[in-house]
Amino acid sequence: MTTDQKHTSADGELTGSEILLRCLIEEKVEFIFGYPGGAVLPIYDSLYYGSIKHILYRHEQGAIHAADGYARATGKPGVVIATSGPGATNLVTGIATAQMDSIPLVCITGNVPQNLIGTDAFQEADITGITMPITKHSYLVQDVRDLPRVVKEAFHIASTGRPGPVLIDIPKDVSNAKAPFSYPETVFIRGYQPTTNPHPLQIEKLHQAIAESKRPLILAGGGVVTSGADQELIAFAERAKIPVTTTLMGIGGFPGTHPLWLGMPGMHGTVAANRALLECDLLIGIGARFDDRVTMGRIDKFATSAKIVHIDIDPAEIGKNVDTYIPIVGDVKRVLEVALQDLPVSQSEAWLQNLKDLKQQYPLTFKQSDNTLKPQWVIQHLYETTGGDAIVTTDVGQHQMWVAQYFHFSRPRSFISSGGLGTMGFGFPAAIGAQLAYPDRTVISVTGDGGFQMTAQELAVVALANIPVKVAIINNQCLGMVRQWQEVFYQRRYSEVDLSGSPDFVKLAEAYGVKGMRACTQEEARQAWREALDHPGPVVIDFQVDPEENVYPMVAPGAGLDEMMLGDEKP
Amino acid sequence: MRHIISILVNNQPRVLARVASLFGRRNFNIESISVGESEEPGLSRIVIVTHGDARTMEQVSKHLHKLIDVIKVQDLSIQQSVARELLLVKVGATASNRAEIQGIIEPFRASVVDVGINSLMIQATGDREKLDALIELLRPYGIKELARTGITALPRSMQIQPKAHMHA
Ligand SMILES: Cc1ncc(C[n+]2csc(CCOP(=O)(O)OP(=O)(O)O)c2C)c(N)n1
Repeated sequence: MTTDQKHTSADGELTGSEILLRCLIEEKVEFIFGYPGGAVLPIYDSLYYGSIKHILYRHEQGAIHAADGYARATGKPGVVIATSGPGATNLVTGIATAQMDSIPLVCITGNVPQNLIGTDAFQEADITGITMPITKHSYLVQDVRDLPRVVKEAFHIASTGRPGPVLIDIPKDVSNAKAPFSYPETVFIRGYQPTTNPHPLQIEKLHQAIAESKRPLILAGGGVVTSGADQELIAFAERAKIPVTTTLMGIGGFPGTHPLWLGMPGMHGTVAANRALLECDLLIGIGARFDDRVTMGRIDKFATSAKIVHIDIDPAEIGKNVDTYIPIVGDVKRVLEVALQDLPVSQSEAWLQNLKDLKQQYPLTFKQSDNTLKPQWVIQHLYETTGGDAIVTTDVGQHQMWVAQYFHFSRPRSFISSGGLGTMGFGFPAAIGAQLAYPDRTVISVTGDGGFQMTAQELAVVALANIPVKVAIINNQCLGMVRQWQEVFYQRRYSEVDLSGSPDFVKLAEAYGVKGMRACTQEEARQAWREALDHPGPVVIDFQVDPEENVYPMVAPGAGLDEMMLGDEKP
Repeated sequence: MRHIISILVNNQPRVLARVASLFGRRNFNIESISVGESEEPGLSRIVIVTHGDARTMEQVSKHLHKLIDVIKVQDLSIQQSVARELLLVKVGATASNRAEIQGIIEPFRASVVDVGINSLMIQATGDREKLDALIELLRPYGIKELARTGITALPRSMQIQPKAHMHA
């Protein structure tokens, strides 16, 4: 029986929970990521006969990161459902993660009946209040008749303009109340009219600046990926002859194999990218927010001789961190489309040659070793065996930076990582969401031994549904990135970073019924990875790597981009 | 510089919390905040007095515009406007000095709105400087209780007029 059949009752009225389900079907939702509980019992009852697939995670945090991974991989809003109180508060980290990276999510929480709201009732939490600073918008539904409009608006707000998470809090009495159902066809929200088309005068100024420029540089961020502007960006860079550096969130927005690509800038950026930022005379920020991991918070040392152009759909980003010479508000794809008409060519010949030399002189390198497995080598191996097309999710830490450095993504939405909030525990559930969206693509969750343990319980989900995610644990037996900072900034006082007591990850995987393998040498790593790729189901590989390895280059917080530590990379 | 920001918002539950928390979150200070109905049913007007340079104000305005329930944001301190607040103050008063107090408040067009055995409650409206001056004049009599509403404001219709009079 389909949802539609069940929901046509004699009086033509539906309950709130049935209306919600109908709305989600209207929005063409494929998956609901969630966890039930008292306040959402009516919704779960409606789901029982529903046509939408619900995936039961083992923790609400797993569910929301999975919804997020689905959204990042597809560009469509992810939908998560949790119950009131503890269910809702378990979503908080995931909501903040999505907000920081502008990911479209519709988060549905149940709440206690309205007559109990504000009484500290069992499992009551003011989730709208708690999440107000970390949502794009939120609704507490007070009348079942508002529900269709609210859901329509929520999907619209989540996925347009600068995307973000929207919360819909539904008290249990609203889920149970009845009303006739009709889904609105259009949305009109008076206070919400994002600007998509750029101002023509600003485009003229941009053209002029490009024509005059000798050392132009594009700083491409997550906005390029979000707006689907990768092809336009390639055309723009090639025709105007401008080199490109992509921020962590922009990775995949420009091919990692393109000759104009300089790598990632900032704290762990390449020498070429950082030098380019220091020396450029025109800096075109495209859907990038000049975060302190890029500028190091030292605006006084950042692109000091450059005219800064900032293209962003969110006017509030412009002028927030750096002063802008040419602000262009609009959808990045649309702006580039317009800018491509009559685009001039910059006078960048010498500059491009100079940067090419720098790239050759300072490539990303690490010291190979015969007796230990180098984490960078593992990442390189994953890249070489899968190509730039695999979807790779990461957690947060050293391994995340190594993926950003050594995996050259060739298309957008294939590098999935928590950039803004830096959420450990994100990568593995996000990989599940991405794999559900693309069952036929290779999805690799590269994770740390620390981060994996934050959401490892979702192994149950991949085991049960045979979701073929390949988990590559870069196991350095410590909280690697924290250890690196303690080594460099705290004179090797290694306070609380030793992860002794971690489980045997192979046995842990096996306990869930997932194939587990371990690799301590290059040969074992090659062998295990080959087996993993051949295996049709989920796999966990424990790559036991050199625990002493550091991420270089590195710029200390508060230092300028000219003060790069090169470490082992020094050629 | 001091700024008076007028924000037209949907009259939704929590809209004031959204606006106020945005100020807190972004580390913008609020000197006063007042809110009430506007000319249009369903819309309220929030008036916030805050401090900051031009760059901060631009950020304040942009972030306010990001709130879905915010419809219009105006900086009334960069155009001619009328800004007023209401003051209620209870001062010590004896039978012998009541007339004297009356004399003090008269030029301020303030009025006595309640009389107690040992006190008077005075109501005054005006811009901040005027009310500050009145409070200073009343201080010697002993201020027992005091409440101010914070500023509410509207732009003037004729933008060529001179600045508002102190005793308007
Ligand atoms: C939820 C959360 N808690 C703490 C941190 C701080 N943190 C950043 S990196 C890191 C170490 C991560 O260690 P691991 O997962 O083993 O990855 P590695 O750096 O070793 O690759 C920590 C603790 C964080 N980013 N997220």
